[in-house]
Amino acid sequence: MLGDGILKGLVETARNFAGSYVSKERMTTVEYPEERLPLPEAARNFPFLVYDGDDWEKGLRCVACQICEKECPPKCIYIEKSKDKKPDYVGKPQIYPAKFDIDISVCMSCQICVEVCPFEAIKMDTEFELATDDRFGGLLLDRKQLSRSNEYYHQIHPTEASEVDARLAEEKAKVEAKAKAAAEAAAAKAAAAPVEAKPAPAAKAAEIAKAPAAATSPAAPKPLPGTGSDGTAPMSAEDKKAAETPAKPDEGEPKAQGEPKE
Amino acid sequence: MTDRLDQIFVLLKHWLLGYLPESWQTPVGVVISVVCIIGLYPALFAITTVLERKGVARIQNRLGPNRVGPYGILQPMADGIKSLTKEDIVPTSADAVVHFLAPVILVVTVFMGFAVLPMGRNMVLVDMDAGLLFYFAMGASTELSVFMAGWSSRNKYSLLGAMRAVAQMISYEVALLLSSVVIVMMTGSLSLVKIVEAQNHYSYGFPHWFIFTPWGLAAFIMYAVAGTAETNRSPFDLPEGESELVAGYHTEYSGFKFALFFLGEYVAMFSISALGSTLFLGGWMAPLSVLQVVPSWIWFFGKLFVSMCVFIWLRGTLPRLRQDQLMNFAWKFVLPMCLLNLFVAGLWRFMGDGWLRWLVCSAILILAYVSIGREGMRRQKFGPRSYRYAE
Repeated sequence: MLGDGILKGLVETARNFAGSYVSKERMTTVEYPEERLPLPEAARNFPFLVYDGDDWEKGLRCVACQICEKECPPKCIYIEKSKDKKPDYVGKPQIYPAKFDIDISVCMSCQICVEVCPFEAIKMDTEFELATDDRFGGLLLDRKQLSRSNEYYHQIHPTEASEVDARLAEEKAKVEAKAKAAAEAAAAKAAAAPVEAKPAPAAKAAEIAKAPAAATSPAAPKPLPGTGSDGTAPMSAEDKKAAETPAKPDEGEPKAQGEPKE
Repeated sequence: MTDRLDQIFVLLKHWLLGYLPESWQTPVGVVISVVCIIGLYPALFAITTVLERKGVARIQNRLGPNRVGPYGILQPMADGIKSLTKEDIVPTSADAVVHFLAPVILVVTVFMGFAVLPMGRNMVLVDMDAGLLFYFAMGASTELSVFMAGWSSRNKYSLLGAMRAVAQMISYEVALLLSSVVIVMMTGSLSLVKIVEAQNHYSYGFPHWFIFTPWGLAAFIMYAVAGTAETNRSPFDLPEGESELVAGYHTEYSGFKFALFFLGEYVAMFSISALGSTLFLGGWMAPLSVLQVVPSWIWFFGKLFVSMCVFIWLRGTLPRLRQDQLMNFAWKFVLPMCLLNLFVAGLWRFMGDGWLRWLVCSAILILAYVSIGREGMRRQKFGPRSYRYAE
């Protein structure tokens, strides 16, 4: 009959009306500023810089390689390299960003910077309450505002963060094992031929540096980095690390090692 | 004591007027009543907006506004301050004079309707002989203001909204009138005070409201449908259809003019509800003879409150109609039923007392309702569209 649908609908809405006072489960909304729903693990909006340890300035993983700056589609990242160096997580001295700005009013949250970073230094944040009354300065975040601890990263993306940690630990272990092997080899060599080994200390260091690289991958004897500006690709960075590490204790030699000069 | 309470507002007014010279009493009395009406209904409007937002929210399993004041009851204050302080924009190509007059005319005509509505025993501003006629004349003028608003804005959405509003309001105005004519037929008077008096007797403790007769019930249903359409309320809110027309005829209004439209709409709802309860639900009469100790004005505003709740309930339930459904419903269902109801009311009048007239009148109306409902409102089958020339 005409109108019974309307009556059925009225009964349904009346049931909803009364039910919303009785059962909490019915309510579909939460009162936002006081209570909030947990964000899904895949949530992301703007990038941040990860640091290890307690001191954000010392522990910053970023080595200012500028890959993210170059890859960023809307060009919202601005990096200035430091003049000096500081040791990274394996203890190797690295350049660090003297300036690292992200303009989040330009950022489009594409995550490409995270995907290209070879040092696991930049990750996506979930912080979304970024409204400000200063639309220029307030939305241009510098490296201090961008840096977050590794624990925070574990908090917001637990699975991803443990994977990253495992990868870094593995790498560190590999590097340490190599350093140990190289040191042993050097000691053995020195013991075997103590008289011969008399050339200039720089040449000796280069020899030592070459030795483990040749041992691990004889097909790819890398030239010492610092000669050209090709050292930025992530792959070569790995190899480079392996090649350079034994030379680390030697202070005077690796003047132009590591990243290319501008 | 109960009499005193029942007449408290009337006595208060007379007491105030007692301090004035004889020749001043009539005009000042009118002014006092008008100010009361103009102050009271916007206050009710403010309460209703928050009630509606809370009610609809609960229907949708939300909490609704709860930030301003305890449980959000001060929300209308915040809204009022907001609309007062907002910029009043008039489009450059709009007809400024008409654009300004439209909301004013709406509010004025809507308030005029209250002049003839009795809000309690002896509580009526003007006891006009042709009160019902006056009411409908004022109600029809609101269409003018809606069309003025739509036309003067020079905006296609406004104009579309206004066209829809006029088409809808004129169609349902007919049904509204015809369903009320039945009452006039039975009471023999156009005065709303007399119509209430005609219902003012009880048998076995129950009142003789017109809704408790077959023709009265049918007329009440038709009146409710037409009244909802007349005030542009959901499900007949096509003239405003936010999802289609931005805001319909008041798209180009902002600030306090918009607030006036909003106010006019709600006050029109109050006035339609008040007229409906006057015609069918006994106006200010108590629903049981034992409850007559409660003042009459409480019953009037209680009925008003209940009908507002029904309006809100309907809004939370029904989806918006399509334009063709709206028109079909008005002309193919409501209008024939109203015409038939006129006949049934006549039959009732001349069949005399007894159970036979109950049987006959109910049977006619139910049969008509079922058959017209089944035939006229049958869902039309739309096949794939065929093109005659452009194939």
